[in-house]
Amino acid sequence: MRTLIFRTVAPYIASLMLLFSIFVLLRGHNDPGGGFIGGLIGASGLAIYGLACGVATVRRAIRVHPMSIAGIGLILAALAGILSLPAGVPFMTGLWVYPTILGSEAALSTPMLFDIGVYCVVMGAITSIALCLEEYDGD
Amino acid sequence: MTSETHDWIFLAAAAPFLAALVAPVLHRLLGARAGWVLALVPFAIFLQFASLVPLVAAGGTATAAADWLPAYGVRLSYFIDGLSLVFALLISGIGTLIVVYAGGYLAGHPQLGRFFSFILMFMGAMLGLVIADNLIALFIYWELTSITSFLLIGFDHSRAASRRAALQALLVTGGGGLALMAGVLLIASVTGTKEMSEVLASGDVLRNSLLYVPILLLVLGGAFTKSAQFPFHFWLPNAMEAPTPVSAYLHSATMVKAGVYLLMRLQPVLGDTVLWMTILPLFGAVTLLVGTLLAVRQTDLKLMLAYTTVASLGLLVLLTGTSSEKAIEGAVLYLFAHSLFKGALFMVAGIIDHEAGTRDVTKLGGLRKLMPITFAAALVGAISMAGLPVMIGFVAKEVLYEGLLGSSIWLLAAAVAGNALMLVIGFAVALKPFLGPEVHTPKHAHEGPPALWLGPVVLGLVGLASALAVGTTGSLLLGPMAAAVFGGPVESDLHLIPTYISAPLLLSILTVILGVGAFLALDRLRDLVARALKVIGWGPDRGFDQVVSVIVRFSAVLTRSIQGGRLEVYMTVTLALVALTLLLPMGLTGTWPAMPAMPEPTFYEAGVILIALLGLAAVVAARTRLTAIVSLGIQGFAVALIFMLFGAPDLSFTQFMVETLSVVILTLAMTRLNLAERDHRPSSQRLLDGTIAITCGAGFGLILLAVTQQAFDRRLTDFFDAYSRTIAHGRNVVNVIIVDFRGLDTLGEIAVVMITGLAILAVVRLSGRRRVPVVPEPEQVVASRHSRGAETVR
Repeated sequence: MRTLIFRTVAPYIASLMLLFSIFVLLRGHNDPGGGFIGGLIGASGLAIYGLACGVATVRRAIRVHPMSIAGIGLILAALAGILSLPAGVPFMTGLWVYPTILGSEAALSTPMLFDIGVYCVVMGAITSIALCLEEYDGD
Repeated sequence: MTSETHDWIFLAAAAPFLAALVAPVLHRLLGARAGWVLALVPFAIFLQFASLVPLVAAGGTATAAADWLPAYGVRLSYFIDGLSLVFALLISGIGTLIVVYAGGYLAGHPQLGRFFSFILMFMGAMLGLVIADNLIALFIYWELTSITSFLLIGFDHSRAASRRAALQALLVTGGGGLALMAGVLLIASVTGTKEMSEVLASGDVLRNSLLYVPILLLVLGGAFTKSAQFPFHFWLPNAMEAPTPVSAYLHSATMVKAGVYLLMRLQPVLGDTVLWMTILPLFGAVTLLVGTLLAVRQTDLKLMLAYTTVASLGLLVLLTGTSSEKAIEGAVLYLFAHSLFKGALFMVAGIIDHEAGTRDVTKLGGLRKLMPITFAAALVGAISMAGLPVMIGFVAKEVLYEGLLGSSIWLLAAAVAGNALMLVIGFAVALKPFLGPEVHTPKHAHEGPPALWLGPVVLGLVGLASALAVGTTGSLLLGPMAAAVFGGPVESDLHLIPTYISAPLLLSILTVILGVGAFLALDRLRDLVARALKVIGWGPDRGFDQVVSVIVRFSAVLTRSIQGGRLEVYMTVTLALVALTLLLPMGLTGTWPAMPAMPEPTFYEAGVILIALLGLAAVVAARTRLTAIVSLGIQGFAVALIFMLFGAPDLSFTQFMVETLSVVILTLAMTRLNLAERDHRPSSQRLLDGTIAITCGAGFGLILLAVTQQAFDRRLTDFFDAYSRTIAHGRNVVNVIIVDFRGLDTLGEIAVVMITGLAILAVVRLSGRRRVPVVPEPEQVVASRHSRGAETVR
């Protein structure tokens, strides 16, 4: 599978897919997309990168174990729920703030944080499974 | 009756847990001296509860309540009457001394910080248990005491005996806890309230209920296991594997009395029936006699004390079970006295063990000169345990004899015999190690530091003072407690010195004569009991092992028979059952869906459907597995296109990604598992698999047809249409449902995704390396070591 063309193109495809996955994640609240589908796109991107350039390269590129990404995601999602406690509203009530960043208004919210958590869990878990299976070729 | 609300009760209930959090840090900073600092927490709690004494003595109660899960009637509510107050004072007061004692006893132990943490957590659980008003809260605290007891018994976790004792205690008391939970729920459903104070005010409702017998038996199941009644007594002596502070605190003064507390608590509403007055005295009397006889058999100081604790608990159950005013007063007095003298004697046993290096009574002697303070404390404790003047134990014994005079002669005889044997053990523990010629001990014995002897000395003094001022003790503490247990006012007239020659006094003299006689013949008595036990040769302790090993073997056999490890079998069974579940209801009721009228498909819709069918044909016709996997992907993409055409972009999007990834992962899994390139199933197998596949598919198709033919309920659609923009600020309804309206479900789902990922990692890593047994076997079962490896997919 590791043809020269594939190996040359794969890093570009993978980075584009990662970028696209974040785009899909962030637009999810109003247009088709969201954390789950974004996570799947991100995982596919890394899986393709791994097929082309080897698992070790991917592991080096993402620095941490993909399962830690999933763990951080789960913590983020839980945190998004717990944030409602200090605000004195029931668990997981959505909270919204509208700060102005670089001159334009941004809508930040706990559902968005939650969606980022979903993204990380899906991407982390699927990537771990894919990389773990791909690694077989190496040993 | 006045009832005051005190919000500090919440703080008092939470304080031990907070102290447990800081204990390890404090230990790292201060070392063993942390005990003196940490003891301030229970001491402050003790003082706070002591401030309630005048209120409760006047017949009032203190309460505090907050909503917890209001939808289920679960509240965090506390309610303190005479019974709760005495228990709370004992728990916090003895707890203070125990924390100090533990600092001296385990000084230098690397895990002392953890020990402080555990024992404070236990204190919080036990305190909550006795002051909880809500039944659910009471049950949760009950289970917390079992769990913390497990941690404390198994504190020395490197020894197999500790681990076994911890597990045994957890299984026995945890099993009883389940019974109690069922009992508590039945009580709540019969009385219609989950607050103990309202249950107690319900009068005869429980007694007249049809469910009285099951409620009583379930509650007894919880109480008897916790309070080590025969035949569940065996876990308590085994629990002596724990460090001595634990034995003194949990397994004599407090936790084992939780069962007695529960019986006393419910006596006004469950007691005074024939069943109650038969079961409790019977089991109590048997436990009393078995406990004292087994205590005589022992030579280990802690085990001697442990078996007499079993016996004392039996006596308490016996007295509570008579439901008579005087006997209950006796029970209350005895419970109070027992917590003081038994806690002190356990601590004494610990000091001897700590300073002399052994606690075998036959290897000890002549310590009186070396350890004079300990000797004095031991003697005071033993006098109270023996029921001799001028200790509180004497008053307790007089009253309980008087209470039993009215009941059966057999109970009275059991009480006299039991008390005589307790006198024997009390003096064997307090005299044998100290009197006689000096014996060479493993360590050179000398008096321990103040942290060690403070506890027994204070407890001894309290036992003495409460007896000297018995009128005050009675009116302030024990009278209100007895009234709470009896369920009505109790006339209390306590005297330290009997005013006339009464029947109880004569019984006391008889007890002393019997006891002294048995003490002189202790060695012969010990041989006699030992020989009798050898003849019987089986006890509940062995029985426990047998039951556990049968359960383990059964589960191993069951697991091997249904989890053979062949993926094909799993898939066949799962899919066949799915097909049956889908088709059987429609077949039995004969409600097959009709074919709906479909519009003529446009050319591109027809084209996509054609691609899907071609993909399927390719899967079936494929010669190699890889081709089949890729062809399956064609079919999946076609379905994604269909979603797109019919207006479900989110679904279609996801379907595309899932298809891509599943092709990649299936391919990787195939290479990883070294599957043959071609599929070599025999044609009979192919026929079966094909049939199951077609039936499953038909089932799903038919059920979808049937569902879409139902009238569509638009309520949810309308709700989300109306609110997802206005409340949740999102136009994408699907995404808003996932992350906001149904966020909690999603949280659960992503947790499952993560766990599945971890499990797959584990399986993939393990399958290549070594074979692990399917069922981890406990140490006891070494017989069958040939369990099959974890060849899940091969």
